[in-house]
Amino acid sequence: MSPNINKSGSKKIIVEGLWSNNPIFKQVLGICSTLAVTNLVLNTIVMCAALVFTLALSSATVSILRKLTPRNIRMMVETLIIAFYVIIVDVILKAYWPEMSSNLGPYVGLIITNCIVMGRCEAYGISQPPIPAFLDGFVNALGYSYILLIIAVFRELMGMGTLLGYPMPYFSGPNWDKWIILAMPPGAFFMLAVVTWIFRSIQFSREEKGK
Amino acid sequence: MTISGEIWQAFIVCISAIFTQNILLSYFLGLCSFLSVSREVKASVGLGLAVTFVMATTTLLNWVAYHYILVPLGLEFFRFILFIIIIAAFVQFVEMAIDRYSPPLYYALGVFLPLITVNCAILGGSLFMIIRDYSFIVTSGYGLGSGIGWLLAILAMAGIRQRLVNERIPRGLQGPGITLIIAGMMALAFIGFSGVLQGR
Repeated sequence: MSPNINKSGSKKIIVEGLWSNNPIFKQVLGICSTLAVTNLVLNTIVMCAALVFTLALSSATVSILRKLTPRNIRMMVETLIIAFYVIIVDVILKAYWPEMSSNLGPYVGLIITNCIVMGRCEAYGISQPPIPAFLDGFVNALGYSYILLIIAVFRELMGMGTLLGYPMPYFSGPNWDKWIILAMPPGAFFMLAVVTWIFRSIQFSREEKGK
Repeated sequence: MTISGEIWQAFIVCISAIFTQNILLSYFLGLCSFLSVSREVKASVGLGLAVTFVMATTTLLNWVAYHYILVPLGLEFFRFILFIIIIAAFVQFVEMAIDRYSPPLYYALGVFLPLITVNCAILGGSLFMIIRDYSFIVTSGYGLGSGIGWLLAILAMAGIRQRLVNERIPRGLQGPGITLIIAGMMALAFIGFSGVLQGR
């Protein structure tokens, strides 16, 4: 790829991050820290925003510093850069939204060890110029977020009958038997498995048509 | 609280970390390596033992570092970086030590040690121990219990996955999909344990 970002290059990055190389159903990376908060849509939105911020900026920073970073300690440098942005997110959340900070518990801090952040920095940021690296991080985080939002919407709606905390017309009524299991930890596993299944099947059938 | 009371509480925390609040199945920590390594029983045992050992020791190290360095200095927000550095340094140290003194153990566990630095479960254990305000003794029970819980989960998964090799699974569900469904069923089974420690 040429060093200055051109249109087709950025389009390719966007398609790869959102669909053909999606972090969740294609790479199956980094579900650890975020799956846990998908029981409520609001928590998921905040967590995903934190992830988008961290991933885009740390990928860009890694890319800016790539010529100064010695090869053999690059993992450590990347980790410290990521930790730096995560601390910013954590401090801001604690100061302006303490309830959300305690709801999310340790999971904000766990963005540091989220494999997707490290994975993108290592796969893209370390070898490419800053602007594409920023875009790549941003788009990958978005590709990751929309899958988690799908999971969160289903879990909250069917498990508790609410959406963003507001009761929904049909699902909170007496005719809907709440699927408590979806609000509990196993529900997250099942939902993620089903979403992965559906998206992968669509991808496979498209590939076959393409041939 | 008295010492014997603390030890009793540490025991309870340990058991609940293994079964009712399994770090993998109810907090989703360490899923990445869980999904990729659970293909073979042998590798799972190696990684599980390494996680148990590192988890039990680093939670204690981090407890000391947090309460005796960060709290007096008022630098609590700095804990993410400190914990990561302690974990990475400890893992590196252990790797060198067992390479020098016990080559057989190195061949069994050595390859898994670098993987552990980026395992979310290790950092997660340390962060949980700070948030829940455990004392030093209780932390020792918590670290050990979380590690054993993780080992138990990955071992069970590896055993099940070996049986799946010859099964016919829909194409989109192969690999991570079916593993997640099994993990969900395991989580469901582990919920059954929650009655054991009710009221604690």
